Amino acid sequence: MDDTYLPNEAKIIERIHEGPGIFTLRLQFTDPKINEAYTFAPGQFNMLYLHGVGEIAISIVSDPHSDEYYNHTIRVVGRVTRGFEQLECGDCIGIRGPYGRGWPLEKAKGKDVVVITGGLGCAPVVSVFNYIINRRSEFGTISLMQGVKHSSDLIFRERFQRLKDIPNIKIYVGADKSDMHWPWYKGRVLDLVPKMELNPDNTIAFMCGPEMMMKAAVEALAEHNIDETDLYLNMERNMHCAVGHCGHCQYGGQFICKDGPVFSYPEIKELFAKEGF
Amino acid sequence: MNQSYYLPHTKLQSLLDAIIERGYRCVGPQTRGGTITYDDFSQVKELPWGYEDEQLPGQYTLKKTQKTGYFNWVNGPQAIKPELFKPKESLWNVTRDEEGKLSFQPAQLTPAPLCLFGVRPCDIAAMQIQDKVFITGTYRDERYAQRRENTLIIAANCITSSNNCFCVGAGGFPKAERGYDIALTEIEDGFTLEFGSEQGSDIIASLKLSEADGSQINYAKQRIQEAADKQTKTLPGTNLRDALMNNLDHPRWDAVAERCLSCGNCTQVCPTCFCHSEEDEPNVKGNHSEHVREWDSCFTQGHSYIHGKVIRSQTRQRYRQWLTHKLGTWHDQFGESGCVGCGRCVSWCPVGIDITEEATAICSDFINLENKENSHG
Repeated sequence: MDDTYLPNEAKIIERIHEGPGIFTLRLQFTDPKINEAYTFAPGQFNMLYLHGVGEIAISIVSDPHSDEYYNHTIRVVGRVTRGFEQLECGDCIGIRGPYGRGWPLEKAKGKDVVVITGGLGCAPVVSVFNYIINRRSEFGTISLMQGVKHSSDLIFRERFQRLKDIPNIKIYVGADKSDMHWPWYKGRVLDLVPKMELNPDNTIAFMCGPEMMMKAAVEALAEHNIDETDLYLNMERNMHCAVGHCGHCQYGGQFICKDGPVFSYPEIKELFAKEGF
Repeated sequence: MNQSYYLPHTKLQSLLDAIIERGYRCVGPQTRGGTITYDDFSQVKELPWGYEDEQLPGQYTLKKTQKTGYFNWVNGPQAIKPELFKPKESLWNVTRDEEGKLSFQPAQLTPAPLCLFGVRPCDIAAMQIQDKVFITGTYRDERYAQRRENTLIIAANCITSSNNCFCVGAGGFPKAERGYDIALTEIEDGFTLEFGSEQGSDIIASLKLSEADGSQINYAKQRIQEAADKQTKTLPGTNLRDALMNNLDHPRWDAVAERCLSCGNCTQVCPTCFCHSEEDEPNVKGNHSEHVREWDSCFTQGHSYIHGKVIRSQTRQRYRQWLTHKLGTWHDQFGESGCVGCGRCVSWCPVGIDITEEATAICSDFINLENKENSHG
């Protein structure tokens, strides 16, 4: 029976420690046929199943064309993620996916791309950012803006350092609170948006993070006269089924799981940042 | 309209027998715990002969009367939804061997032909709404779909309405227009019958019934019209999407939240509510786990939980989510309202909150203003 809800077995090939309570799992489907047929787009997610515990929706962070593995970066936030933290190389989990609509990469080709992420919720933009820098010539200027509450919250810290060598890239990192050796901006990173040089006719923005931060980013980019149809946001809600059946991720008329998780701003504007939705 | 036939009360058992002979398990209305509940049956004497229900906001009373008829009542807290979208069912299970390898198996599905007997028109409309959720979208729920394909529907058109009925205001009518195999309308000493499918036609043909005469047909029609005319509640429109979404800060949301207990009864009795949660039920040895789904409700704390935060912590936000979805954003998702006007959420609300009153209070000003602008424009 072709069953929408049934996971497939996948094996942990590698486990990478990213920071306190944050780790990346490199995975491969046990069945080579499934592994070969599996494709995804940046911004899509999988449902990861931990035996006897349950499923969670996790964004895919690896490059869709890189190798025969795919990566998930997980932060420990609850019962299921805490269980995942205990896993080691060679352990098996269940995977179904990919689900959802990812980032509009065709539309972004040839444009200057602004990537704004906040807090720890940056996994969905890691995939798109990596995708772009791996195909550097297809895109214009890249601006990466990452805000964190405390400097110690910054994961992928050394990767940020390495990014400086990529041509035509601007990196903005800010921490509301920072320790002594913080090399970047001290304060709200979005304060830097007004100082950015952006071409309103050829810029597309991808955002991910706390909704209040994305709201501030939308407002700051509007000051640059960037059309709201060029602003894309990654939304998150409770998800059980990932296929628009269980009802948890509804956001007004949208199912975040299948209509999103990436939305253009006009698609969600009606309810965006409204309490209770 | 196709041909009407006449089935006397004394021959109702032969209809049931004809269905059972064709291999169907029959589920129909019966009295249970002071209400009407749908359950397995094989004898017409198990149907609620002579019963009437009285429904008011927060009230339901079922009583036996001297009146003749199987269908003098309106509805109970549940009808056919639990047969098709199960309150709890296993989706798949997984076994872990000693090396830690996982083997996933879909839950066994053996859909036996099922006859849903005596189904109200509003419940058929609700079933068709759920079909859009589970069958016709991008993703198909195989269990629901297979059950639906094996279901025979015998409709019972309404000959009365309760004080809480408002199917007409919700855009429906107390007569089933589609989605049935056979439709019954009860008249004095029996039923008029119409078929809505080939299968229904075959069953009727096997009973060798006479055609209904003009006065029987007219009386059936009149009784349905009387049921419609009896309805006093209504909604301020069949598409309240914009009226609701433009009033998310209406003071009425606070007022209703003062009364609402956030118990979720309305969502549990609603024939279109489809929210469910998924959970694992591992065995004690830890080598096997059932992945089950169970009805959930947008009135629970857990429904909107996301890493450490509850999006809808307040009752006001939950009631608003429910109503704006049911009558508003359902149109975005499925091209129609999610309310069929069965009135269950009104009857079974422990504090008697009336969806028609709330929708009217919230939407009226907006609708009046819109009408005014249209008449001037």
